[in-house]
Amino acid sequence: MLDLGIFGEETPDGDTTWAMSLLSGLEYTLALVALSWIVAMVLGSLLGVLRTTNRRWVVALGDAWVELFRNIPLLVQFFLWYFVVPAFVPPLKRMALEMDPTRFQLLLSVVCLGLFTSARIAEQVKSGILSLPRGQRMAGYALGLTEAQTYRHVLLPMAFRIIIPPLTSESMNLVKNSAVAYSIGLAELFFRTREMGEMTFRYFAAFGAATVLYVVVAFAINRVFAWVERATAVPGYLGGKR
Amino acid sequence: MGEFDWGSIAGSLPFLMAGLSYTVQLTVIAAIGGTLWGILLALARLSSIAPLAWVAAAYVNLMRSVPLLLVIFWFYFLVPVMLQWASGAAYPPRIGADRSAYVTFILFEGAYFCEIVRAGIQSIPKGQLGAAYAIGLNYAQAMRLIILPQALRNMLPVLLTQTIVLFQDVSLVALLNVTDLVGAAGKIAQRDSRLVEMYTLVAVIYFVLSYALSLGVKVLNRRIAIIR
Repeated sequence: MLDLGIFGEETPDGDTTWAMSLLSGLEYTLALVALSWIVAMVLGSLLGVLRTTNRRWVVALGDAWVELFRNIPLLVQFFLWYFVVPAFVPPLKRMALEMDPTRFQLLLSVVCLGLFTSARIAEQVKSGILSLPRGQRMAGYALGLTEAQTYRHVLLPMAFRIIIPPLTSESMNLVKNSAVAYSIGLAELFFRTREMGEMTFRYFAAFGAATVLYVVVAFAINRVFAWVERATAVPGYLGGKR
Repeated sequence: MGEFDWGSIAGSLPFLMAGLSYTVQLTVIAAIGGTLWGILLALARLSSIAPLAWVAAAYVNLMRSVPLLLVIFWFYFLVPVMLQWASGAAYPPRIGADRSAYVTFILFEGAYFCEIVRAGIQSIPKGQLGAAYAIGLNYAQAMRLIILPQALRNMLPVLLTQTIVLFQDVSLVALLNVTDLVGAAGKIAQRDSRLVEMYTLVAVIYFVLSYALSLGVKVLNRRIAIIR
């Protein structure tokens, strides 16, 4: 009943097998996840920090950013980046015409997923910083540290450790959300899965394989973060080494 | 690309509103169905019958580690097969993606609601269950009359926040050619070559509705906090 021979068969264009086609999709998925994770972490940490300062307009700007990216569905955000933004930003439109289409789709997907996820990371970073006792910040200032130094040496090292569990699930969400890049035609794993289903009518084999691959990636990320959590645990705290 | 064409927006409004009403209908039914399914799953996960707890945990973890888009397509293929098996018909019945989506979202969101409900149940002090048994209630009565009413009130804000997420996730059915809000906008956009106007409009509609709902949840959160 379970016939895996299909994965060894050649695709209609003849230069690869279905298994390799799915793996090439997985490669794009992993590249997209890695790049947009970096964008999201950098922007998200910055925004999260800014939202905990006492500069009112900076806080308002950070809040607006988070609300903007949280209240529009990811699919619609992909359409906005692909169809709407280039119409208003001439350099981007020129890139759309001149760049290799796959590269351009990957670039837009990284921007879209990165910004979308940055809003979620910002929310976590903010709540991590706010969960620290007030005294930590005051102690930093009392030692004569500047605001930037207080964040760098006192607040953030603890805040990032505290938010490792929610960061784990946001990173796993990023893997799942990357499938939506299919909507603008990026040849990632879901795209290849559908292609295989449509061309061979072996939907269950194709989707079964994709399900396994997605679960494996999500699980791998989960394990990496669990390792990071153990490696960075501070002795003396719950969950820390004794 | 030229100027924004407001005329094309006005003419397409009735079609868009029909799409929006499908989106809302799917959201509401999936939220209610998903909550009920989630409560059953949560009770199964917390059950002392080990196989039941194990199966429920496996189901919830699988659903939560696979992209929703993949799940939507899975059920698009599976629902007709399941219905054929259930009814014993010779051929799988033809049901469109718009109807299989109800099954998809109830079963998928159930896994997320399950974890919320489980956290809600576990936040109730143990003494409540002990007291319920002490006055002679059985397990079902204790859950229905004592534990779940308190748990559900505690987790109402989280359930509603998850429902806003669901409201946005529903947009993915547009990729199966279903005429929800995004699907309706996409169809008009293709017909009139007005992609910029249509997708901007959809983004604005979604933003306004989601933001208003999230403000509502915040207000509710404050009111519940005062009661406690």
